[in-house]
Amino acid sequence: MRDLPLALDIVLSLLVVLGATFALVGAWGLVKFRDFLKRLHGPTKASTVGVGAVLLASIGYFAAAGRASLHELLITLFVFMTAPVAAHLLVKAAAHVDPRLRPPHGPNESESTSDDR
Amino acid sequence: MNLLATVLPWAAGAFVVALLLAGWRLLRGPMLADRILALDTLYVNSVALLVLIGIYFDTAVFFEVALIIAMMGFVSTVALAKYLLRGDIIE
Repeated sequence: MRDLPLALDIVLSLLVVLGATFALVGAWGLVKFRDFLKRLHGPTKASTVGVGAVLLASIGYFAAAGRASLHELLITLFVFMTAPVAAHLLVKAAAHVDPRLRPPHGPNESESTSDDR
Repeated sequence: MNLLATVLPWAAGAFVVALLLAGWRLLRGPMLADRILALDTLYVNSVALLVLIGIYFDTAVFFEVALIIAMMGFVSTVALAKYLLRGDIIE
């Protein structure tokens, strides 16, 4: 660790604390909820915000240290692009396995697993 | 007085607790989709933990590790969900 200006230090600490809190709450929701769709709700939103805040803090730290790089931005972009896709695929897989998870007025059984939507 | 240096270990501890909670869901999960979701949460949180460690030790070598974990994690999540959906990964 190197010494930072006080304002930047406070901002980065707040970002790190925010990210850790979001990740913790998301994982707690993953454990606590009863239903798969409710359980999906926690981590998909909270963890992405958690990772985003931590990566923002990292961008700020390494920019202040004079070694700004595109790596964090790459990771942020990648996580933000892929997390919704993964969650969508998980919902589709769960609805395929368990018919009770399908929406009540959704597509009927023969079409619910097709990829045409 | 460096505030970030005192905050970072606590944040890393919170991420480790989050990893443990996700691991509990990985072991317990009633559905297979629950276990895949727990693996997804595990890799996303481990990416953040690696970035925190990179800040703490003031080094940039962990970014490549985090990037590779993020890419591999996404591909494995998609492959496992595809397996549940189709019963096969490469048709």
